[in-house]
Amino acid sequence: MAVMEHAVHNPTGIDEKPLEYRDPNQSVKILGFWLFLATDMLLFGCLFATYLVVRTHTDGGPTPQQLFDIPGFTLETFFLLTSSFTGGLSTLAMRNGNRKWLMTWLAVTILLGLAFIGFEVKEFVGDVAVGATMQRSAFLSAFFTLVGTHGSHVSIGLVWMFLTLLQVARRGITKVTARKVFVVNLYWHFLDVVWVFIFTIVYLSGRVM
Amino acid sequence: MPSWFHAFADKYLMWQEGPMIWGSDVLILLVSIGIIFTLTYFHKWKWLWREWITTVDHKRIGIMYLICALLMMFRGGADAELLRTQLAVPNNHFLTADHYDQIFTTHGTIMILFMAMPFIFALFNIVVPLQIGARDVAFPYLNAISFWLFFFGAMLFNLSFVFGGSPDASWVSYPPLSELGFDPGPGENYYLLAIQISGIGSIATGINFLATIFKMRAPGMKLMRMPLFSWSVVAASIVIIFAFPALAIALALLMLDRVVGTHFFTILHGGNPMMFVNLFWLWGHPEVYIVVLPAFGVYSEVVATFARKRVFGYSSMVASLMLISVISYFVWAHHFFTMGAGADVNTFFAIASMMVGIPTGVKVFNWLFTMFQGRIRMTLPMLWTIAFVPCFVIGGATGVMLAAAPADYQYHNSYFLIAHFHQVLIGGVVFGMIAGMYYWWPKMFGFKLDERLGRIAFWLFNIGFYVCFMPQYALGFMGMQRRMYTYPATMGWNTLNLVSTIGAYVMGIAFVVIVVQVVYSIKHGERDLTGDPWDGRTLEWSLPSPAPHYNFAVIPTVTDRDMWWVLKEEGRTDELRPKAKDIQPIHMPKNSGRPFLMGLSFFVAGFGFVFVWWPLIVLGLAGVAACMIARALEYDDEYHIPVREVQSHEAALGRLS
Amino acid sequence: MAVPSGAMPSSGGHKHKATKYIVGYASSLVLTAIAFLLALVKHTLPVGPLVVVLTVLAALQIVVQLYFFMHVTEGDGPPFHSVFLILGLLFTFAIALMSVWIMSFPAFMAQVG
Repeated sequence: MAVMEHAVHNPTGIDEKPLEYRDPNQSVKILGFWLFLATDMLLFGCLFATYLVVRTHTDGGPTPQQLFDIPGFTLETFFLLTSSFTGGLSTLAMRNGNRKWLMTWLAVTILLGLAFIGFEVKEFVGDVAVGATMQRSAFLSAFFTLVGTHGSHVSIGLVWMFLTLLQVARRGITKVTARKVFVVNLYWHFLDVVWVFIFTIVYLSGRVM
Repeated sequence: MPSWFHAFADKYLMWQEGPMIWGSDVLILLVSIGIIFTLTYFHKWKWLWREWITTVDHKRIGIMYLICALLMMFRGGADAELLRTQLAVPNNHFLTADHYDQIFTTHGTIMILFMAMPFIFALFNIVVPLQIGARDVAFPYLNAISFWLFFFGAMLFNLSFVFGGSPDASWVSYPPLSELGFDPGPGENYYLLAIQISGIGSIATGINFLATIFKMRAPGMKLMRMPLFSWSVVAASIVIIFAFPALAIALALLMLDRVVGTHFFTILHGGNPMMFVNLFWLWGHPEVYIVVLPAFGVYSEVVATFARKRVFGYSSMVASLMLISVISYFVWAHHFFTMGAGADVNTFFAIASMMVGIPTGVKVFNWLFTMFQGRIRMTLPMLWTIAFVPCFVIGGATGVMLAAAPADYQYHNSYFLIAHFHQVLIGGVVFGMIAGMYYWWPKMFGFKLDERLGRIAFWLFNIGFYVCFMPQYALGFMGMQRRMYTYPATMGWNTLNLVSTIGAYVMGIAFVVIVVQVVYSIKHGERDLTGDPWDGRTLEWSLPSPAPHYNFAVIPTVTDRDMWWVLKEEGRTDELRPKAKDIQPIHMPKNSGRPFLMGLSFFVAGFGFVFVWWPLIVLGLAGVAACMIARALEYDDEYHIPVREVQSHEAALGRLS
Repeated sequence: MAVPSGAMPSSGGHKHKATKYIVGYASSLVLTAIAFLLALVKHTLPVGPLVVVLTVLAALQIVVQLYFFMHVTEGDGPPFHSVFLILGLLFTFAIALMSVWIMSFPAFMAQVG
């Protein structure tokens, strides 16, 4: 909204700012998105809390040590870390005004994200096949819900990133699409952070405790 | 009657349950037909769609919130009267035990989530942009989504009464009672889905108002020049965005237990019911601060205006708001001291709970010092504010009693607790919301509410309040437990319960008087032609009542806290009148029907989840996704109001200089 | 983390370098590898301290993502977003750790076994 032209905090030297922040109408949306990330962080915080509380409640069913497959989750971690990097590179290309590389890096990020989801689905299917369903024990309920919530966030992120890619293809790099690229990447990096904690608290700790 | 219809009527319409359901069915049918007929007869459908349903204007959204809040106050109040009637005399069977359970559940849920929440959002929406000198909130489209999510959440919740059955595991709905095994039927699902849907809207509102206040203030309005109501919105929004995710998770996990068969909170397979209690109160305690902080903001505005003094201790007011919003996050376990978590846990949470009393006490003293030596005008908002102080202080003191963990083992779940939280929630929140409603009513509608009827309602409500709740403290000490369906005559509780019920009726009459007052004032209320009926201090009173849809023709430059008051004192009010040459084209957000459709889709999906009808779930979620994708690809969502139009509008209001 | 807007990199004309991103990616890989080694390959630490070290490593990854990829130090006006992130992180850790603290009470643990 144009009201933003009257915003109080309007530092001088408008060209100094990165592209996505130059239009105050767009930068307020970036602030809004940071706030959303803070709430989403709390959402995952509660899921982690639940997982931590019922982690040992396996009810005689599969335990973390039996279930977690080291090559599987290591590969997933690698895909997601790398996709966070390539997502970052798309922001870089956006700031440099390089549409071709922007689209390329977005596409690479989407492919890596798909690979991550593919491996996660494979892991879940494998778990269910050995009787480790989310109805089996409180531990498994919490495990599938926590990891699955992250997975569904990633899936939504993939659709969103694809839509962003389409808009960049159609409209080029404008102050609006620049903001959209920046925001979808914020989301993506955030999901990477959440995964690092899943990797640490769920998988690694699960193997040692 | 065909047999399939008979089965349907028994299972879903609950026609075997008797006259209360039939009466409601008939009433709902009549009201719906009445609304449809009126809209059609007066050709108002298009008007309804264009002016209200698709609106993204914060003032209209605020008014819609207000209407819903008052309707829900009626519903929740009617529930309360039924409960008190049941408890008026011993061995009563006015309600069946099942119905009693359902009614105390809906009473609590509605009053907190579908009355208090929309009421504070109504004031957020109506006041904040006007107070900080903005033309709308940061995200008007999201604001409309928030409203429609709340609206359809409330619809879903109220639908349960006549379709499938109300929830009956109380407003906290603790498992294992609320698990499928002990509570089959759709009632509990209604509870989970309705609150989930409206909760998403609440989170969005929190984000929206933080972004609005941090980014959209008029030039010169530094944070420490901001009116205290807007500060209270910052505090409440901080608590909203950090507390509501916990509720979302608690509800989602319980829903998974019920719908998918997981074992988060069951007793079997390692589930831990107390984890729900933990998650619920992670939200639940901050929630009471969410609703009371805006009320504190209202009192600050009202006290300063009607004592005609600058608020005493502005900085300490801001500091205590911020402190409350953080400390309130670390007190949640005091709701389950009796779980037996151990001395260390209980000590920590007892001390934290008592600490909240400190900043709150600071605020109370500041209000008193603001009134001290002020030239007080006893208007309706001021009356409610003055009544709030002793009421809240008593409620706060009994709160500190409850916060003492060892003593809490005695008070826990007794009527002492019931009296305490009604005293802080009615004395704190409802008084504040009513004061705020009276205070900003002229700004919303352009006329004042009738003073005489308002005073009658005020005295009835206050007397009724003390008659109703003071006996409940005593009943608690005498051993009466909450959620008790009926009691034997030998307990010695008869008189006090009867007195309490009489008090509840008096409060009910007070509500009716307020309704009469509103209806009477629509026609006879004093018109507000100046835009400043109370001799106010802040920017919203510099605008005409009701404010034009773009709010400020020219965004003011703020040089002082209590800007409008200072200008009036110095005879410089003309500075806030727009000059023709200063007016520029105004960008405004376009109306959109999509927020409504998105709310509707959530409703369909939610309804599907209640009965676990997958086609509806898929349909509803597909609708939600479609709305989101369409929005993502939308570029043309603003329009310009040309200079000439703004000029002629301002000229018609007699403001152009 | 909260650096005033004056410290924002300039983007007038010249190209941004990928250095920051490469450093970020490398450090996230290294941190992950250290965690992996400590937990699964070299069993030198007892379980308690090990979990603490792993959590610290994960927390460092938050900083890496925020600084190198999410440009948390840049922005328009005062760093309100950083304030909310810090508050959010505080509450998130409080929820997780305090829930464990509250819910691990002796009487309950005896029941569940």
